[in-house]
Amino acid sequence: MVKNIIPTSLNEALELLNDRPFKIMAGGTDLMVQRRAWSQTPPEFIEDVLYIFNLEELKYIKEDKGFIVIGSTTPVEDLLHNDLTPFLLKEAIGIMASPALRHMATIAGNIGNASPAGDTLPILYVLDAIIVLESIEGIRELPINEVITGPRKHVIKQNEIIKEIKIPISVYTDSVFEKVGGRKADAISKLSFTGAVNIKDDKVLDFRIAFGAVSATILRRKEIEEKYVGLTKEELIGKVDEIVNEYDPFIRPIDDQRSNKEYRKTVALNLLKNFIITL
Amino acid sequence: MAKIRFKLNNKMIEIDENPNLRLLDVLRDKFGFTGVKEGCGEGECGACAILINNDVVNSCIVPLGNVNGKEIMTIEGFSLSEKFDVISSSFAEEGAVQCGICTPGMIIASESLLNKNPKPTDEEIRIGLSGNLCRCTGYNAIVKAVTKASKKGDGLW
Ligand SMILES: Cc1cc2nc3c(=O)[nH]c(=O)nc-3n(C[C@H](O)[C@H](O)[C@H](O)COP(=O)(O)OP(=O)(O)OC[C@H]3O[C@@H](n4cnc5c(N)ncnc54)[C@H](O)[C@@H]3O)c2cc1C
Ligand code: FES
Ligand code: FES
Repeated sequence: MVKNIIPTSLNEALELLNDRPFKIMAGGTDLMVQRRAWSQTPPEFIEDVLYIFNLEELKYIKEDKGFIVIGSTTPVEDLLHNDLTPFLLKEAIGIMASPALRHMATIAGNIGNASPAGDTLPILYVLDAIIVLESIEGIRELPINEVITGPRKHVIKQNEIIKEIKIPISVYTDSVFEKVGGRKADAISKLSFTGAVNIKDDKVLDFRIAFGAVSATILRRKEIEEKYVGLTKEELIGKVDEIVNEYDPFIRPIDDQRSNKEYRKTVALNLLKNFIITL
Repeated sequence: MAKIRFKLNNKMIEIDENPNLRLLDVLRDKFGFTGVKEGCGEGECGACAILINNDVVNSCIVPLGNVNGKEIMTIEGFSLSEKFDVISSSFAEEGAVQCGICTPGMIIASESLLNKNPKPTDEEIRIGLSGNLCRCTGYNAIVKAVTKASKKGDGLW
């Protein structure tokens, strides 16, 4: 007998998850489409469903000890209108689908869905976000790149819930999120580029790059970034071709109905190049 | 099955139903609110738009389980308000309705926008209605209608 449950507290949810397997439903904007059946019939789930979207105790955004902390059931539209939300995250959310979708969609759902085209993911990678997972046994904190392991694959355990997302507060003198899609609203990314630098007194203090939808997971290479920290702005711009060559082998997109690999690769590298030469 | 309580068009409802049901089907089939239309069934067209706690959402991808404790308003409930009169007459005057299939969703999305932003610019209107597709009007008349509603209904929102 299927038993779908709407828990009234996080604790109740954690106890249920510890008891038996559930599919967690947040806003449902991915699940309701992925499990869609016929018109006039409910979507099909083989598992029991746990409805957590209305857990008010997980709806928050706050500043705490150098981090911006976002509760997992906060709809992304709320984040768009909050002063605490990091600039780059707002950029990505602002071009996610439409207001109707953003009133339901959550960042935790974007993580749980683990699509290489998830728009908040490159931002979480660039900002070194930490994902806080809770179960009845306690709390695990993992960097985003250790949570997502492949397309639709992650390490969140059956008895765990994403409780919150912690983003270290950091300063950038220049940052961009560019999404390439079929149209402005309601389009899934063909690819995306995220760049952030902090240049102070003509010295590069921080240099971060991420690409979405050009490889199995979000592409970020800290070892490449570190090579360019300490340069002057002119030196960084002078090395643009070298930097493009560094990323080239890691950009391994696929062909699908939205785009092809040659287009994706060319555009991704051009966006990187353009970001650097216009600093 | 699960017990789900919510307010629907200002009336308290309590039902014992499968929470996986699409809110769209519940509204149309169980309550007869057929002003909520099904277009794409995948969250992309806005024909099924309704208000949950005054915010526009697409009811085709909202599971019933997510509306426990919420206030739902369909175009039928909204049509009893003064704000509706202002928006719908503006749509009529600007010729923003042709076949009409998108209109309930457009009016709901307009209400959600005006609630948050009573004096939207053209660009803000286009963003506010970006989840609502219209095959007939080419959108310009709709943008004008929302601007007109915002002026005519000054003070209402
Ligand atoms: C029309 C349309 C347009 C879209 N446009 C975009 C777009 O532009 N950019 C984009 O990135 N995405 C887009 N999406 C996809 C989707 O809206 C996002 O991925 C969204 O962030 C999912 O959030 P949700 O809360 O609705 O997830 P759900 O569907 O509820 O859940 C998704 C997955 O995450 C898991 N999960 C959710 N919350 C938790 C939690 N707290 N703990 C553990 N697991 C959890 C679920 O079990 C499930 O596997 C679009 C979807 C639609 C239908
Ligand atoms: S029918 Fe719901 S958005 Fe198209
Ligand atoms: S009036 Fe026909 S779809 Fe909009």
